[in-house]
Amino acid sequence: MNWLIAIFQTMLFVLLSPLLAGWIKWCKCYLQNRKAPSLLQPYRDLLKLTHKQPVVSEQASWLFVTAPYIIFSATVLAASVVPLIAVNLPTSASADVIVMVGFFAFARFFLALAGLDIGTAFGGMGSSREMTISSLAEPAMLMAIFTLTMTASTTNLSGAIAHVLNDGMVLRPSFVFALFALILVAIAETGRVPVDNPATHLELTMIHEAMILEYSGRHLALIEWASQLKLMLYGVLITNIFFPWGIAEDFTGKALGYGLLAIMGKLALLAVFLAVAETLVAKMRLFRVQEYLSFAYLLGLLGMLSHIILEASR
Amino acid sequence: MILLSAYCAVLLSFASGLLALMMNQRQTLLSISQYTINKLFNGDARCLDWVNKNLEERHFPVFLKQAVFVLLGLSGVFAVIAGLAILLGKGVITDQISLGLPWLPWHVRFDGLSGFFFFIIGIAVCAVSLYGPGYVHSYKENEHPFASLGLFTGLFVAGMLLVLLADDAFMFMIAWELMSVASYFLVAFQHENSANRSASFLYLLMAEIGALAIILGFGVLASFSDGFTFDALRESKLSETWASIAFVLAMLGFGMKAGIVPVHVWLPEAHPVAPSHISALMSGVMLKVALYGLIRFCFDLLGEVHWQWGVVLLILGTVSALGGILYAMMQPNLKRLLAYSSVENIGIIFMVLGLSMIFMANGHPQLAALGFLAALFHAFNHALFKNLLFLGAGIIQHQTHELNIDMMGGLIKGMPQTSKLFLIGCMSISSLPLFNGFVSEWLAFQTALQVDVLDNGVLRSLIPVAAAALALTAALAAACFVKVYGMIFLGQSRSSNAGKAREVKDKGMLAGPALLAGLCFFTGIFPGVIIHLINNVSGQLLGQTMPNDSALGWLWLAPVSAEQASYSPPLVLIGALIAAGVCYWYLRRNPLTVMRRAETWDCGFGGLTPRMQYSCSAFTMPFRRIFAKVWIIDEQISKDMQGAMNQDVAAVHYKLQIQDHSWPRIYQPIAQGVNSLAKQVGRIQTGNIRTYLGYSFATLLILLWVIS
Repeated sequence: MNWLIAIFQTMLFVLLSPLLAGWIKWCKCYLQNRKAPSLLQPYRDLLKLTHKQPVVSEQASWLFVTAPYIIFSATVLAASVVPLIAVNLPTSASADVIVMVGFFAFARFFLALAGLDIGTAFGGMGSSREMTISSLAEPAMLMAIFTLTMTASTTNLSGAIAHVLNDGMVLRPSFVFALFALILVAIAETGRVPVDNPATHLELTMIHEAMILEYSGRHLALIEWASQLKLMLYGVLITNIFFPWGIAEDFTGKALGYGLLAIMGKLALLAVFLAVAETLVAKMRLFRVQEYLSFAYLLGLLGMLSHIILEASR
Repeated sequence: MILLSAYCAVLLSFASGLLALMMNQRQTLLSISQYTINKLFNGDARCLDWVNKNLEERHFPVFLKQAVFVLLGLSGVFAVIAGLAILLGKGVITDQISLGLPWLPWHVRFDGLSGFFFFIIGIAVCAVSLYGPGYVHSYKENEHPFASLGLFTGLFVAGMLLVLLADDAFMFMIAWELMSVASYFLVAFQHENSANRSASFLYLLMAEIGALAIILGFGVLASFSDGFTFDALRESKLSETWASIAFVLAMLGFGMKAGIVPVHVWLPEAHPVAPSHISALMSGVMLKVALYGLIRFCFDLLGEVHWQWGVVLLILGTVSALGGILYAMMQPNLKRLLAYSSVENIGIIFMVLGLSMIFMANGHPQLAALGFLAALFHAFNHALFKNLLFLGAGIIQHQTHELNIDMMGGLIKGMPQTSKLFLIGCMSISSLPLFNGFVSEWLAFQTALQVDVLDNGVLRSLIPVAAAALALTAALAAACFVKVYGMIFLGQSRSSNAGKAREVKDKGMLAGPALLAGLCFFTGIFPGVIIHLINNVSGQLLGQTMPNDSALGWLWLAPVSAEQASYSPPLVLIGALIAAGVCYWYLRRNPLTVMRRAETWDCGFGGLTPRMQYSCSAFTMPFRRIFAKVWIIDEQISKDMQGAMNQDVAAVHYKLQIQDHSWPRIYQPIAQGVNSLAKQVGRIQTGNIRTYLGYSFATLLILLWVIS
C-alpha cells in the first residue's frame, strides 16, 4: 500500500510538472502585458513532440540517443525521493537527499556528454557552461541541505520534513539563510533568469538550450519534460522543507487530498514569485554567475555556522 | 594455509620476474628442457613436441610473455584468496622467516588490514596480467627489452605484497625499498626520452626522502621500546610531543608516496611516462600501500591518536582533493590528468581518515569506524576505477599513438567496447549513483554530518566546511571527466590518427578493464559485500564495527541508523530500469516515428569542421577564469598580419601554459638553497693536498682536546 502511494506520488509529480511550467509562463505573460497561452500548452507541446519523427545528426553515437531516457529516468528517480503530498513513504528511505543530488549529477553528466557528442561549437559551449555552473551550485546546495539535515539529524528528506512539522513554527536563523541559499541555487540549477534564460536562443547567452539544440521529436520531449520536472522538484523542495504545513502524515484519502491541495497552492504562490522576479531582473553575464553562486554558498555557510553556534544543543 | 597462499602470491610474483629474465636465454632453456624431458619422461614425444613448438624462435617471445603474465595473474589470484580468507576468518597469523641476519629473523603478520590491501592488490594485479600480454606486444625487443620490464614488474608486485606482510621495521623498510626501487626502473623503462629520465630521477629522489622520513619515524618509536618488531613498537609509551613528531615523520614519508599536496610533484611526472599497465599499478595500488603504511603506523603502532593529527589530515586532504582535481582539469595529457586525479582521490581518503581520527580521539569509536569504513572503501574504489581508466588510457594510446586529449575525438565509433568500459570508469570516478564511487562519497558525507556529537566549536564548524569542499571536489571531478570523455570519445576526430583508430584485437586487453568495470558496477549495487569485509578490519584495528545488521543488510545501507540515513542501490537500480523501460516502450511503439539521420545543424553556413568543436582548453576556460589564482597561467595570443598597411589578420596563434604553484613556490627555493649551500661547502675544498692535511690535523687536535 505504501509503495502504491509512493508510485502514485511520483506519477503525480511527473504529470503535474508541465502544469507548473504552464502556470509560470502564464504569470509571466500576464505581468509583461502579453496574451498568455493556455495553461495546458506545455502538455500539447510534449504530445506534439512525441508524435514527431526525431531527426538525429549523422555524427551522433548511441550515447546521444540513449541520453534522453537516462536523463528523464534519473530525474524521475530524484522526484520519487522528494515528499510531495505525504511524508514517510518508502521511496524516501531507499535514497536520501545526498542520493537525490547524485541523481541530478547523473542526469547532468549525460546531458553534458550529449552536448559534446555531435561535435558542434554550441554543444561544447553549453556543456562547458553547464558543468561550470553546476559545480559551483552543488556545494552551495549541499551546504544549505546540510544545515537542514543537521538540525533534523537525518539526511532522509521525509524524516527531515517530519521533524520540521513536529517542531512547529520556530524561527531559526539557520533556516532563513538556508532558504535563501536554496532559492538562489534552485534558480541557477533550473536555468532561470538571471543565470540562464529558458526562452532564449541567442548563442552568446545560451546554456541549457545550447546543449539540446540538436534534439528533436521524442528525445526533445523527454529532455523538456525532465527540465520541467526538475523545476517543480526544486519548488517542492523549497516549499516542503521550509513550509511543510499541510503535507499528509497518514495515508487516508482525506489527508492526501489536503496534501495535494496544499502543495498546489504553495507551488502556485512560489511560481508567482518566480515570475515576478524573472520580469524584474535582467539576465546577468556568465562570469557574474560565480559571484552569485558564491553568495549562495556563503549564505549556506552562514546558515551552517549559525546552526552550530546558536542552535545546537550544547 | 592462508599464510601459505599469501607466500605463494609473493613467490609467484618473484617467479614471474625471474622468468622474464629468460627472455634472452632461449637456447639454454631449450637444452635444459630437452635434457629434463629425456631424463624424467624418457623422451616422451608429446612433451618434446610441445617444448619445441613453444621454444621455437618465433613463438618463444609470445609464449614467454604469456607465461610471465600467467604467473603474475596467479600471484594476484593467490593474493585475493589469501586476503579474502583472512578477512572472513577474522584471524591474525604471525610467522617468522629466517632471512636476513641470523639473529634478526623477518617477522610476518597477516591480519585484516593487510588482508584487505592484499585483496585490492590481487584484483589489480589480475586485471593487469590479463591486459599485459597484448600491451607489451608492441614494444620492440631491442629498444625496450621485455626482460627488464617483466623482472621489475614482478619485483614491484612482490615488494608491495611484502610491505603488507611485514611485522618489523626492518622487513618493512626492505620491502618498501624493493617496491620503490623496482618502480623507479619501471618509470625509467622508456629512458631514451630525457624527460622520462628526469621524471624517474625526481621519483627516486622523493621516494628516498620519504623512506628516510619513515625510517626516522620508526626510529622515534623504537627509541621508546626495545626492538624493532611491531609488537615492541606497539608497546612503546611515547609522550605526546614525541608521538606527534613520529606522526609528522610518518605523515611526510607516507604522504610523499601517496602523493598529497604539496609533496605530490613526482606523481604527475612519473605516472605518465611508465607503461600504462605499470601506471595503473602505481596509481591504483602503490598509493594504497602508502595509505596502508600510514594507517598501520597511526592506528596500530602509535596506538592512541590525537585529534590534532586528524585536523592535519583533514586539512591536507582537503587541499589535496581540491588542488588535485583543479590541476587535473587543466591537463591536456590524459595520463597526467589521471595522475593528478589520483592526488584528488588520495586527498579524499586522507580527509575521511582525518575525520575518523577526530572522532576516535573524542571518544566516538563508532563514528570513527564509519570514517574508517569510508576511507578504506574509497581506497578500494579508487584502486578499481583508476586502474580501469589507466588501462583504458593505455588502449587509447596503443590505438591512436596519442595521449593529448586535444588530438582525439570520435573514438566511440571506432572503439565501441573500450568506450563503454571507459564510460563506466568515468561515471564511477565522478561518483554518480549506482556506481561504487558514489557509495564511498556518500559514506564520507554521512561521517562529516555526524559532527554534532563533538564538543569543540572550531571542529564543529571546520568539518562542515570540509564537507562542502568535498562536494565541490565531486562536482569538479564530474566536470573534469565529462571533459575527458567528451573530448576523447565524442564529437568528430581531431586528428587523422584518432579517425583511423579501431578497437584492439587482443581480447585480454579488453578483459582486464572489463573485469574492473564489472566490479565497479557490482560494488556500486551491492556495497554491503565490501562493507562486511572492511567491518572485520575495523573490528580488529579499532575494536569497533559498524552496525549494519538489519534484516536486509545487503539491500540497505544504513551506516548510523535506518532513521538517520539509508541508501538502497538495488532498489534505485530497479526504479531506474522501470522508469527508463516505461518511457522507452511508450515512446517507441509508433512505427511511424522511426529515427531519421540528417546532417548536423550548422547555422546555415555549411562546412562544420572538427576544428570548430570545443577543445580541452576551451571547455575548461570558465574554470580557468573563476579559479584563476590556483594556477600559474601563461596565456599568449599573437597575430600574424598581412596585406596593405598590415591590417588583415592572416593567422592567430594561441599558446597556453599552465603550471603548478608548488614548483616555483616550494621546490625551486629548496633546490636553490641546496645549491648555494653546496657552493658554500665547496669553498673549503680547495683541491690542494696541503689544505686537506691541515684540515685533518685541525680535526685531530680538536678531537684530542675534546677527549682529554
